[in-house]
This record gives sequence, C-alpha cells and structure tokens, in this order.
Amino acid sequence: MNFETTIGLEVHVELKTKSKMYSPSPVAYGAESNINTNVIDFGFPGTLPTVNKNGYRLGVMVALALNAEIEHHTHFDRKNYFYPDNPKAYQITQQDKPLGHDGYIEIEVDGKKKKIGVEELHVEEDAGKNTHGNNGYSYVDLNRQGTPLIEIVSKPDMHSPEEAYQYLENLRKIVQFTGASDVKMEEGSMRVDTNISIRPVGSKDYGTKVELKNLNSFNHVKLGLAYEEQRQAAILKQGGHIGQETRRFDEKTGETFLMRVKSGADDYRYFPEPDLPDFEISPEWVSEIKANLPETAAKRRVRYINELGIPEYDAGVLTYTKEMSDFFDEAVSYKANPKLVSNWLMGEVNGYLNDKRIGLLDTKLTPEHLAKMINLISNGTISSKIAKKVFQETISNGTEPEEWVKSKGLVQESDPAVLKPMILEILDNNQQSIDDFKNGKDRAVGFLIGQIMKQTHGQANPKVANKLLMEELKSR
Amino acid sequence: MDIKKETIASLHDKLVNKDVTAEELANDAINKINANEKKLNTFITVNDKAPEAAKKIDEDGIKGPLSGIPIAFKDNIVTNGIKTTAASKILYNFMPVYSATVLERLEAAGAVDIGKTNLDEFAMGSSTETSYFDTTVNPWDLSRVPGGSSGGSAAAVAAGEVVAALGTDTGGSIRQPAAFNGIFGIKPTYGRVSRWGVIAFASSLDQVGVLSKRVEDSATVLSVMAGHDEHDSTSSEKPVPDYRANLSKDMTGVRIAVPKEFWHEGTHPEVLENVNKALDAYKKMGATVDEVSLPSLKHAVEVYYVLASSEASSNLQRYDGVRYGFRAKDVKNIKDLFVKSRSEGFGDEVKRRIMLGTFALSAGAYDAYFKKAAEVRTLFINEMNDVLKDYDLIMGPSTTTPAFKIGEKVDDPLAMYMNDILTIPANLAGLPAASVPAGLADGLPVGLQIIGRPFDEQSVFNAAYALQEENKFYEKIPTALKGED
Amino acid sequence: MISKDEILHVAALANLKFEDSEVDSFVSQLDKIVNMESKLSSVDTTGVEPTYNMGDTNTVFREDKGIRTQTREQMLENVPETDNNLIKVPTIVDKEDDE
Repeated sequence: MNFETTIGLEVHVELKTKSKMYSPSPVAYGAESNINTNVIDFGFPGTLPTVNKNGYRLGVMVALALNAEIEHHTHFDRKNYFYPDNPKAYQITQQDKPLGHDGYIEIEVDGKKKKIGVEELHVEEDAGKNTHGNNGYSYVDLNRQGTPLIEIVSKPDMHSPEEAYQYLENLRKIVQFTGASDVKMEEGSMRVDTNISIRPVGSKDYGTKVELKNLNSFNHVKLGLAYEEQRQAAILKQGGHIGQETRRFDEKTGETFLMRVKSGADDYRYFPEPDLPDFEISPEWVSEIKANLPETAAKRRVRYINELGIPEYDAGVLTYTKEMSDFFDEAVSYKANPKLVSNWLMGEVNGYLNDKRIGLLDTKLTPEHLAKMINLISNGTISSKIAKKVFQETISNGTEPEEWVKSKGLVQESDPAVLKPMILEILDNNQQSIDDFKNGKDRAVGFLIGQIMKQTHGQANPKVANKLLMEELKSR
Repeated sequence: MDIKKETIASLHDKLVNKDVTAEELANDAINKINANEKKLNTFITVNDKAPEAAKKIDEDGIKGPLSGIPIAFKDNIVTNGIKTTAASKILYNFMPVYSATVLERLEAAGAVDIGKTNLDEFAMGSSTETSYFDTTVNPWDLSRVPGGSSGGSAAAVAAGEVVAALGTDTGGSIRQPAAFNGIFGIKPTYGRVSRWGVIAFASSLDQVGVLSKRVEDSATVLSVMAGHDEHDSTSSEKPVPDYRANLSKDMTGVRIAVPKEFWHEGTHPEVLENVNKALDAYKKMGATVDEVSLPSLKHAVEVYYVLASSEASSNLQRYDGVRYGFRAKDVKNIKDLFVKSRSEGFGDEVKRRIMLGTFALSAGAYDAYFKKAAEVRTLFINEMNDVLKDYDLIMGPSTTTPAFKIGEKVDDPLAMYMNDILTIPANLAGLPAASVPAGLADGLPVGLQIIGRPFDEQSVFNAAYALQEENKFYEKIPTALKGED
Repeated sequence: MISKDEILHVAALANLKFEDSEVDSFVSQLDKIVNMESKLSSVDTTGVEPTYNMGDTNTVFREDKGIRTQTREQMLENVPETDNNLIKVPTIVDKEDDE
C-alpha cells in the first residue's frame, strides 16, 4: 500500500513592537521576571484592552509579504481557556475575521516550484511563561503576556517533510526581510505547530490528524514529520488505526511520543470581544503599507548580482538573513567595494562568528568600520596582512580603524623616496643575491623582498617595493 | 447639618463662605454612615483617609462645584489603595494599584471619596441580597430590599449619608434602586462614561452613572466624569455638555412616547397610578404624550440574560486564585486551585450566571442562544431608535412594583430576572435612562423612567428636573428614618 | 430540557464544581432559565446582523509606545504567593502548552 502525506503548519511569529498588543507595557526579550507588566497584563479587574496600531501594521506587512488579501471590516474575538500564564483566562485574537487570508508561499523542492497556500493570518497576544519546580509548585512570569503575535495558518498543501521544511525556510526569510519580526526559533520569536496525516493514495478522505509539539528547529520539524510518516504508515499497513492525538518530538532519539489523546474538539467558546469596537482597515492604509514594504530577500539578491557584480552563490549567502544583508548594504553605502565587503563578510567575518558561536549583531563590528577598513586596503594605506590585525581589533573592541592604524603606525610604506635608499643598501650588502638573480635564480627576488619587509616591519607596499627592486636589479 | 436638605450647590456655597469645612463634611458623613451602618449596611468600606484628603482640599482652597464634596463609590469601582471587592468573597482582600477613570476625574475636581458602597455580588442582582457582605436595607422600610445592584449607593443617598453616589447599571442597577429609595438615578448612554477601572459584569451593557436626591446634583457629577478616555476604546469622543448649567424645566412641545408594553400585566396598580399622574403633569406643562408599541420588548429579558451572562462568564474567568483575591487552601494542583478558588469564592447567583453564559457560548448552543440573542438585540435597538425618530423621550414605570421584602425572591431567580423587564431595554439599546421619584405606593417610593436619544442626557435631566420641581419629592423623608436627626 | 450531564460539562468548562446535594436544584433552576431563553427561537431574524459591541467608536488604535504604568512591587502586592518575583502556584500537571 502506498500512502500520501498531508501536512499543515501553524506558525506563530512575534511582531517587533515597542509595546504589547493590547497594553502599553514595554516588550523586551530576556528581561527580569514580571518587570514588564502592568494591571492589564495581570488581568486586573476593571482593565480594558487597547489595540497597538504598529502591531496591526506589522501584521498587515506580513500578510502582504505572503501575498494575502487584507480583511477590511474586522473585529477581535475572545478565546476562552484557563491556564496560569493566561491571566484573563481568554486570549484576544481574531477568529471570525482574520487580518488576512488566501496568501501563498512559493517553495522549490527537487527543482520543482510549487505554491503552498496560506489559509489565514491573524494578530493575537502571546501568553506568559510557566516554569516547573520539582517541589510541587510551578512559577509564572507574565513579561511575555500580551506580546504581539501573528499566527500564520497554512493550507494542508504540503506532502513531504522536505516541503514543510522549505515552507518554513521561505516563510522565515520573507517575514524577516519585512522587518516585522526577528523570526528566531531559538529566542521563541517563531514557533511551529504541525499537523500531519497520511492516507492511501487515491483515498478521498484525509487520514486522522496528529499534532506534533516540541519542535525547536526547522530540522526537528523535518525529522519529526519523517518519523511520523513512517510510524503512521507502519500502523496502517498492519491494519491498525491512527489515534487523534498530540505527540512530542524527542530530539535525542528522533522519535515521537504520545502526550495526550484528544477528546473531541476543545471548546474555546469564541465570541466577539465587547471591550473593543469594530475596526475598518482602510484600503488607503493598506496601500501605504504595501508601498513601503521593505525590499525582499529575492529582490536584494537580484540587485546584488546585477548592480553590484556579486557572484550568484555569494548573493544567496548574503541574503540568507536580514542581519547580514542589512550589514552588507550599509557597509556598501560607505563607498566600500561591494565585492570586497562580500568577501570579508563571507570569509573573515563568518569565520569569526562560527568560531565564537555568536551572531553578527553580538559583535562590536559596525558596517562603517568594516567599510573603512576595506577602503584602507583599497587605497593602499594598509596591506592585507595588516588588515587582518585591524579586523581583529575592530571586531573585538569596536575600534575605529583609521585612527587605530595611524596611532599604531601600521600605515603601509609606498613612498619610493623612502624605499629606494633602503633597497640600494640591501643590494649593496647582498652581492650574492644579485649574482643569483643574474644567473636566473628567481628565488633571490623573494629573499630580497623579505629583507625589505624585515626592515620596514612588514609595512612596505609589496607592489611598489617589487617594482623598485626589479628596476634596480636590472640596472646592476 | 442635615445633608438630606442640602444640594451640591448649597454645600459649595457653605464651603466657599467657610460656614463649614470639607473636613467637617467628611467627618459628618463618616459619623452618619457609622450611626446607620448596623441598621442599613450601606457601605462595605468607609474611607478613613477621607477627612485627611478633605483637609488638604480646605488648605488648597475650595475651587470648582465638587471641591470638598463627599461622594460614595459603588464597590465595583476600582480605587487605588482602598479595598475593592465587588461584594464578592473572591475579591475580599483585593487592594487595587490603580484607580478607575471616573474616580480620578471626580477626585481631580476635588470630590472626596467617602467610601465604597454595598452591591449585589459583581452587580448581579436586583436586591443587594447576593452581596458577600450582607444585604443592604431599604431606609423606607427596614424589612425591604433597597433594590440592586447599586443598593448601597441608593440607600446611602436616601438616608442622607452623602448627596451623591456613583453606581453602575447593566440591566437597571441604578434606576431600580433609585426608584426603590425615592431618589434620582441616571444611567448615561453607553460610551458616555469610561469603563476603565469598573469591574466588568457585561462589557456591552455596563455603564457608570450617578444617584442623588436632586436631579441637579447628578447633572453636576456626570458632566465632570463623562467624556472620552484613551483607556476605554468604546468611550465616545463626543463633547460633554454642562448638564447642570443647561438644566431647564420647560417641557413645552416635548414629545413623549409611552410604549404600551411597559404597562406590563404584572405591574402594581399604584405604580401605574403614580406614573400616570406624572404623565398628566407633563401634559399640563405642554408636552405631548402618545402611546407607541415595542413588539420585541417581550423578548428583552431573554436577550438580556443570554448576552449579559455570556459576557459575564468570560469576564469572570480571570478570578482563578492565581494573581489576586481569594486562593483556596489544600489544593493538589493548578486545576484544583482554579476549581476550588472559584467554587468557594463565588456566590450562588454569580455561579448561576457563569453557568448560563458558559452554556450559551458553548459549541452546541452558540448559534441558538448567543448569536440569536445578539440578532434579536439588533431588532430591538432598531425598534427603540424608530420610536425615538418621532419622539424626544420614552417614558414608563421604572419597576413593576415598589421595593419587595427581603428574602421574597431570593430563591426564585426567574422571578428576580423578570423584575428587570422595564429597565433592560435602555441597556440593550445603549440609551441614556433615568428614574425620577413619581410618588408613593403604600408608603413606598415609585419611580418614573425616562429614556432619551443616544447622547441626549440633557433632555432626560430636563424632564426629570421638571417633575422634581413639580412634585418636590425630595422633601419627603424615608419612613424608617423619621424621628431621627 | 437541559440534562445533568450537560450541566456538569458546562461546569467543567467554567472550572466550577457543585456539591452533589446542590446539583439537582441547580439543574432545575438552570433548566427553567434556559427554557425562558429558548423563546428567542420564535423570533424571525433572517437577514438581521447581530449586535456584539456598543458605543459610537470605530477603529480605535493606540500608538506604539512602551510605558511602565506600575512597578513590579505593585503588581506583586496582591499575589497570594511569590518566589523570586515569580507568581508561585500549585504544580501544573498538564504541561503540554508550555514553551
């Protein structure tokens, strides 16, 4: 028996705002427990929500970037459920009239392009965070409570773990380049819930949906789904049936384990939020947001190739994250040679980041400093060798390259008036080398250049020094 | 001083002329409350710091009309640093760290918060009998209820403890106790007053209003506390008139509609007699009175109990024992904590409403109950507004009977709910509505209800003022308090 | 007619528990009220839009400014039990939704 897999993904992405979705409390990742909370976040009696305009705007940006239609007449709804990290015991969301609907994400698997549908997108508020002691108590931190989220619900259009992986990769990239979210799974600003079912090829009805949890990276999503495909197929082949259940992915074993069996549909008693009025999202506002959508990764890539002469592969690497791409663009804006900037980012900079296991924004390197350093190389002020020293200094300590090079006396010596007398003296003291050169031994040139470098502490401009040396050698 | 004979304006004059100080007024009020408390139980918490706050106002100098005037607040209005309970065990120890907008605005105008009045638990009731802190008693007859849910505020005003008190009105909770206590009470248009800091019962129906012996005092207070508030997205941006300054008793040409359905078969004959007398008085003043029909009125109670309970079931989910209020002891896990804190913390009536609302919103019932009720609400709103296209005001009795006996209806929730039939319409349609004393039935006060167009509180005040000046009911002293002073 | 099972299901949703002795009287009371409410079904509401919220406002947004309106100390004042600035609660058994 052959089976066909159906996968649907629900992705929650935190929107990058200054304040929460329905309360003016500040939003910050990794702040002290309960420090960014107020009476609204604590669900105090008598409090009321107010809607963050920027949160909604970022939601519209994401929807537009995912080719969705925007809902113009909307309202908010309450989703009711009790949980200690859900202080009002309802979440304010958009159930009935989501912010956007009917979008798509293009993916490419095995050279084939395919559109994966986005059923709908809606804004809502994040919950707080619970931690569990082994002393019979749990602990609640409400800092995250109310953080704006956009939930992106796919259509069940994916048929393999690889398609799901590509969908997530492209979703991450598209959303990240709008600037609406950092989209970092490791910081929890992107979270993925998956539904997977399989059915015999040709069957009209979908199989029973199984939900997977604890998927902390795209790779885990792929591995978890692949495991589920096989597990479910094995059960069906033996004539068993799949239970409607939630399963947990174990990253150590790569297997999934039963968490709980779903007993009918949850009853969230959704109803329109009476504390908020209806909302009209004007076509003018949507057009304005659309007109100001930041350049996508795909467009940046094409621009790098066509306008800046960056090789295709390199342009792809530079546009993998918005961080890197923004850094590149800014460095180039300081008139640094784009190819050199690209080479440095992909070479030395990436090497440094991998070595230290940190992100680009965690270092002290600024696009301006990188550009200045590259310009010092381009205009011959420093040698590539010295540049590596400058790089280490500026990325570790944030030192301004031009000043540092001057103060440390690292400027390259290109002046013939300085180099020529030095070369004459070296030649005078090394008759043997001159003889070797005359006898066709090219090695002698290397030795003599080495002597020049030694005397200048490596600061002689190699091109100039070589030219002067050759002229003098030939004349002797 | 006998507050019963005073108005905000007369007290203001005395304060300005230094015949009395704000501190004295605050102490007077507290003494009066304490003297009555055993008998009437109007307050849950008396604000001990009121005299101190009043003294500060004396020192800074008396300014606007509310400067130095003691005002009572229903205990579902959140007050920073003063215990706020909504008359529920589940909030028996709740100490707010912020204040309601209405309180902030009144205090900014110099009003002195004298304390927190009793109510039905979470404002769910028509008699104040569901309060965790015992029932309040009607000053006209100590065996009777003061009405509810703003029973504490109404009785405190009727007993002369304060000139004005704030209440909230979701289905009649200001107008019905005002009627039962022989005082004036107004529920403004939905959106006229901010709900920020008002403990929610039903969000699409709740509105803060004022109770006072005299119409002009409520007019003064409402002008100060009404108006847009950025904390409440449903609060209107319409400008607020000076209701007191614009007060007029001229009823010439005012068109009054009287829905025949308000002449409910169960309505007490003496109530109807008093209301008819009031309508005759308006005719003599030059108003026209016509009978109209509101066919959907017969469904108003049904619509109201579905919608109010549904919203309440959700609004009251936050009381879970986690962050504030009552937390049950001896619990095994979080689920146990939720269930025990809520089951031990809420009273029966509140549980009943939560159950009704949870049911109406649940998967199988939503369309037939919640959605259906919301649709019938639309029909009803349209009917009310159609009448108000041709008429300036809708009038009728505020209640079907005068104050009933304590304990009479407490075991029959349905009878208690039917009691709200005349007041619910204004809440469903979000219209401004008041109750003004019309006379006595068997020695108990009867209220005339006046409903106006959206945001036309002025016409409601004016009509009430005209009747007040005609019948001078405010001169009457509650029977049970006669012989005092 | 609303059944006892239905009432118990609704109670579970609402996180309320009734003593065995009170369930029956509660069921009959609720049944009466629900019956009263059921009369709504006789009203023809074809083509009628429901009214869910009131007021004359529409599209009310707040500008995105992060403001602290209370201190953490104020927020924790009413919490029955705290530990290290966290809200302490009896153990959460059903931990599946924690991330």
